[in-house]
Amino acid sequence: MIQNKSTEITVGMFVAAGIAALFVLAMKVSNFAEFNEEVGYKVIAEFENIGGLKVRSPVTMAGVRVGQVSNITLSPETYNAEVTLSFYADFDNIPTDTAANIYTAGLLGEQYIGLEAGAEDEFLQDGDVIYLTQPALVLEKMISQFLFSKAEGDE
Amino acid sequence: MIETIRSLGRWGLATFERIGRAHIFLFQVLAGIPGLAFRGSLVVQQLFYVGVLSFALILVSGLFVGMVLGLQGYNTLVDFGAEESLGVLVSLSLVRELGPVVSALLFAGRAGSALTAEIGLMKSTEQLSGMEMMAVDPIRRVIAPRFLAGFISMPLLAAVFSAVGIFGGYLVGHGLLGVDDGAFWSQMQAKTDWYGDVLNGVIKSIVFGFVVTWIALFEGYDAVPTSEGVGRATTRTVVHSAFAILGLDFVLTVLMFGG
Amino acid sequence: MPLIKIRDLHFYRGDKAIFEGVNIDIHRGKITAIMGPSGTGKTTLLRLIGGQLRPDKGTIEVDGQDVHQLSHAELYELRKRMGMLFQSGALLTDINVFENVAFPIREHTTLPESMIRDLVLMKLQAVGLRCARDLMPGELSGGMARRVALARAMTLDPMMIMYDEPFAGQDPISMGILVNLIHHMNNAMNLTSIIVSHDVTETAEIADFIYLLSGGKVIEKGSSVQLKKSSSPWVQQFMQGLPDGPVPFHYPGVSFSDDLLSPEEIS
Ligand SMILES: Nc1ncnc2c1ncn2[C@@H]1O[C@H](COP(=O)(O)OP(=O)(O)OP(=O)(O)O)[C@@H](O)[C@H]1O
Ligand SMILES: [Mg+2]
Repeated sequence: MIQNKSTEITVGMFVAAGIAALFVLAMKVSNFAEFNEEVGYKVIAEFENIGGLKVRSPVTMAGVRVGQVSNITLSPETYNAEVTLSFYADFDNIPTDTAANIYTAGLLGEQYIGLEAGAEDEFLQDGDVIYLTQPALVLEKMISQFLFSKAEGDE
Repeated sequence: MIETIRSLGRWGLATFERIGRAHIFLFQVLAGIPGLAFRGSLVVQQLFYVGVLSFALILVSGLFVGMVLGLQGYNTLVDFGAEESLGVLVSLSLVRELGPVVSALLFAGRAGSALTAEIGLMKSTEQLSGMEMMAVDPIRRVIAPRFLAGFISMPLLAAVFSAVGIFGGYLVGHGLLGVDDGAFWSQMQAKTDWYGDVLNGVIKSIVFGFVVTWIALFEGYDAVPTSEGVGRATTRTVVHSAFAILGLDFVLTVLMFGG
Repeated sequence: MPLIKIRDLHFYRGDKAIFEGVNIDIHRGKITAIMGPSGTGKTTLLRLIGGQLRPDKGTIEVDGQDVHQLSHAELYELRKRMGMLFQSGALLTDINVFENVAFPIREHTTLPESMIRDLVLMKLQAVGLRCARDLMPGELSGGMARRVALARAMTLDPMMIMYDEPFAGQDPISMGILVNLIHHMNNAMNLTSIIVSHDVTETAEIADFIYLLSGGKVIEKGSSVQLKKSSSPWVQQFMQGLPDGPVPFHYPGVSFSDDLLSPEEIS
């Protein structure tokens, strides 16, 4: 069959447009670029309360994304939340005495883990545990604490 | 009474037989696909009819769906002071659901019905029989290239639909309603996951493309070779495809996002 | 040994018997005609030979191979050596006349374009449609379409060709040419031909052997001379096209008067 040249060209353009659309979805719309970073090692952190933290929430240090939350479970002994943090392979020099806090981006924004670097010379390894943690600030709790301390102060 | 039960039984048996035939048909088609490696031009030609000719429809529909999403989403979000999240709303609804589902529905109406009518007519004018007697297997020569073309086109069309839709949402959100464009894109990027959202959407559209093309080609190939039979088969393609798309979408959504 | 050997063929459409115990031999290099009233199953017979339908009982052997025991690949291999002219022509409607005739060559060979062109033009010349090569099938008359289909059936130079009504819809001139063409091809290329036709005189003229089918059975067989001399009133009626005789013109069922008088049909 005689293949029409313009058919081939339009089909080529169609396929290219489809692939370009996928590329846009990857680079511009989704977190493909970050996601592609290799997961280097996993570390566990125990929190008293994680608030609205979710799997895939970012883990940052000084505002730079260094990893993400890959798992959340409830510890059967302490009834605390056990959060698994997956660090990107590039960030392999985080001190063992680093502190992990749960913060909220904006008033209604998503929650993320912010790390504050410690001073140890040893670095976190796969399977290590972060002991210095601070629970998420739960708004209702804060308000009731505030009212309670107000009431006590008045007495 | 007995007669009713009997006719119900007959209907059930006929349905099962048809489903069985549809599966045998599918295996024959799949077996014919490797041979297409040497017949690239056949696939290119079908990509033109199945993909390129659906492109304009998908482009325009995607743009408008995205624009409506932008408008409606803004009106809802602005009440919570969360209009910055418009990008997230538009991208997630398009990438996860509307992109694959709506483009598959449009594809079934535009390309699926055309495939059924074409194959059905080829059958009723004895073109398929004629090929068989010329020792050309119509499943390999006619059906397989169309199947492959449908299978390739659908995810590409769905991706175009989503991308254009997000652009439409951006046009309305930023251009018309004044949402900050930095927030629009950065929030979208932070919340739209490549694996969990985009790739799952692509998987959905691949499944839909497979099923819609299968239904369309089988209906044509199995059509009663009369004008009425082909007409009915074409209608069935659109109706069954719509059911299949929406039903499978529910199942896939539960599997992907349910847990 | 005959090229095609049909033994004890039974075939049913639902409850309706089309063939009940048919035996036919088609000899190599000869023209065999299959005749019979409309609806006796002549087209069905050709489809059975081509392996498109499966007999309920009995065997069909082509060139020593049982058609219905062959694997998919073997059947397609055999079909390459069979040509068939469909009653409807069965041209591919989305390509033009030239491409239709070239279709089997392109599918089964890797001949260069110039050679394909020569071959196709040769076949089209034989059926008188060389200059109609750029027309689409939709632009052809019924008779022209049939002639293109004939050219296509010949392109691969098969060992046998089955013609389903090759003369229907042809004017006397092209009919004469086609009769000659079929006759000539048969002699020149040692082709085996099976002709299904209602044109008794034309067919009898070139056929070496004739089978008459009716009611699912072979009613009579022999050369045209033998058939013309047959004492059977059935054969005489058919060969001479007389309206009155043992061959029913009507599709079987209740009589016309009974049908008119049956009130229960009206509900
Ligand atoms: N697809 C089908 N389903 C059911 N019955 C069929 C089918 N095709 C043909 N028949 C029946 O089979 C019988 C034989 O049909 P066939 O086409 O072989 O006749 P024919 O001898 O070629 O007639 P004609 O000379 O008119 O072409 C007819 O009585 C017809 O009603
Ligand atoms: Mg017939």
